[in-house]
Amino acid sequence: MEDFVTEWTARHGATRDRLLPLLHAMQEEAGYIDDALVPVIARALNLSRADVHGVVTFYHDFRRTAPGRHVVKLCRAESCQARGGAAIEEAAARRLGVAMGATRADGQVALEPVYCLGLCAIGPNALVDGRPVARIDAAALDRIAVEVAA
Amino acid sequence: MKVFISRDMASVALGADEVARAFADAGCDVVRTGSRGLFSIEPLVELETDEGRIGFGPVGPQDVAAVLDGTHINRLGKVEDLPFFASQQRFTFARCGVIDPLSLSDYAAHRGWEGLETARRQTPQQVVDAVKVSGLRGRGGAGFPTGIKWQTVLDAPAGDKYIVCNADEGDSGTFADRMLMEGDPFCLIEGMAIAAHAVGAGHGYIYIRSEYPFCIATMRAAIEASAHIVSPFTLEVREGAGAYVCGEETALLDSIEGKRGQVRAKPPLPALQGLFGQPTVINNVLSLAAVPFILAEGPEAYAAVGFGRSRGTMPVQLAGNVQHGGLYEIGFGITLGELVNAIGGGTASGRPVRAVQVGGPLGAYFPPSMFDLPFDYEAFAQAGGLIGHAGITVFDDSVDMAHMARFAMEFCAAESCGKCTPCRIGSTRGVEIMDRIIGARDAAPVTVSEAGSGYLGKALYSRAPDRIDVSIDAQATLLRDLADTMKYGSLCALGGFTPYPVLSALDYFPEDFGANAPVKEAAE
Ligand SMILES: Cc1cc2nc3c(=O)[nH]c(=O)nc-3n(C[C@H](O)[C@H](O)[C@H](O)COP(=O)(O)O)c2cc1C
Ligand code: SF4
Ligand code: FES
Repeated sequence: MEDFVTEWTARHGATRDRLLPLLHAMQEEAGYIDDALVPVIARALNLSRADVHGVVTFYHDFRRTAPGRHVVKLCRAESCQARGGAAIEEAAARRLGVAMGATRADGQVALEPVYCLGLCAIGPNALVDGRPVARIDAAALDRIAVEVAA
Repeated sequence: MKVFISRDMASVALGADEVARAFADAGCDVVRTGSRGLFSIEPLVELETDEGRIGFGPVGPQDVAAVLDGTHINRLGKVEDLPFFASQQRFTFARCGVIDPLSLSDYAAHRGWEGLETARRQTPQQVVDAVKVSGLRGRGGAGFPTGIKWQTVLDAPAGDKYIVCNADEGDSGTFADRMLMEGDPFCLIEGMAIAAHAVGAGHGYIYIRSEYPFCIATMRAAIEASAHIVSPFTLEVREGAGAYVCGEETALLDSIEGKRGQVRAKPPLPALQGLFGQPTVINNVLSLAAVPFILAEGPEAYAAVGFGRSRGTMPVQLAGNVQHGGLYEIGFGITLGELVNAIGGGTASGRPVRAVQVGGPLGAYFPPSMFDLPFDYEAFAQAGGLIGHAGITVFDDSVDMAHMARFAMEFCAAESCGKCTPCRIGSTRGVEIMDRIIGARDAAPVTVSEAGSGYLGKALYSRAPDRIDVSIDAQATLLRDLADTMKYGSLCALGGFTPYPVLSALDYFPEDFGANAPVKEAAE
């Protein structure tokens, strides 16, 4: 990943305002931002390590550990709750065998909270490996469980 | 045969991609559009015929033959003639769902760029004046007059000025920004180019939340396709990173600058010292997207609709447990009850409406007894709430309002930027108070003779030195006190407005907080 940082900054610039785009690109590439890379990023953008650490930990999107092979982001916000979201959240945790906010021990799937996907009239909603899924019910959970078993 | 099928994220979530593939396989010429904005008829297919575009929906991939020969039972006729659409005033969303979002020729054929051409024939001051005359107020929540904001930036002396579009749309129950960016991205670009001309800015940013991957892709493609038209003005998309507070304008600027998204103290105003310390226009997607209409049709045409000091139209979003959820653009002044019952058709579950939350997670909960409230910034403020980004989340009678109050505090705790104490600490204390209230409510009622026994009694009458009075009354008093501190002591509206949902739930639905149930009024 060190080479990735060098190449990315050579192509896209190394000013401070490149920090978030760089973190997004790194996470896209590796799945997470390894703590060991914080000094590398800091050097590349001429920032302090504390500064970079502060940014990585501030934003919910950035992971500091490897994610599950599949990621199910389930909406927890009000409009999905109004459509039975809380029950679906419990059912999803049971069906996928992983608590909300955690990665299953076998690394196969992570269940992550998200607060609104902008699909608020057709909830409960989720992003399954980035694909939007609406009106989630027990049958939809079964399909998702099969999908993430692969 | 030419057919139109939406590629909007909501439509895709409902299966539009599979439907589009089936029609393409059947040899149809499939045009992917944005969404018309009524989700109960999606996935929607529109056939091009001699009588115009005839809609069918909802349909699935197995319905191709029945749609093509016109016999499908979900034949809707012309979509724009359905009551949901015929009663709207689509100023901003006129093209959304109609055109191919990334076709420059479609955009131009539907009167695209007319606003920009008009603006370029005018001086910057004339453009700013037009926006002032239109009465346009910021659609991001605060309702600040857009023309006055632009005047400040126009008058600021500086070499580099910026236009920043706030496309963070974090409020639950809102999706108008998303729909516009996916369905008519050139409209936003045109609005930003007009703003750039009006204040003398050279570069613009569109800050889009990462939860909107379709938007990000569409906007990037649209920026590339229209670069020659808006030049020398240039634009780029910045992707958020899952922080709700980055929708607050100064936190958003810090985020673009590569910092933690923490709120800045004002002054200085972003209009004078905004992005990289330079004068900056920061506006919501809908504010900027309203501007092409204002320039093309004239500010008077925009100001002609509305209510009181709320001029023009609002793209209202009907969400949650509602039968006909979607986007409904209408002049201000329509009542909450008309929106929820007449337009939205009540709940999707068929149960009575018990509460609606207007304006996202910082907005108040209203009971049906307040449904005659007109959609207007001042009327809502007076009623102890806010319009915000005009999302209406409908709940049926199964909702537990104490749970929703707890969620409001929990959300504030999760999303607090941490800059000030009432919000950072207060929200966590608020969750604890709500846990005690819910715990006490759900425990068996305690009578005096039982004092000292049982779970609640032990907590109440224990001799533990750290014991606190966990009675519902005492905790409710504490909750109001905390809400007061948050309201007046917070730097921004995240901490400052979280009391709205909490206290409105407590005031209008006291029975959910363990108070003796009042005589239930018939739910409308
Ligand atoms: C916590 C918080 C979140 C906000 N989120 C958004 C948002 O997602 N989109 C938005 O346009 N404005 C949001 N705002 C309002 C902005 O601070 C600001 O008022 C707005 O971008 C100004 O643009 P306008 O005048 O066009 O409304 C938020 C404010 C706060 C306090
Ligand atoms: S109220 Fe909350 S989000 Fe706003 S500045 Fe204070 S700590 Fe940050
Ligand atoms: S609340 Fe779940 S998608 Fe908006």
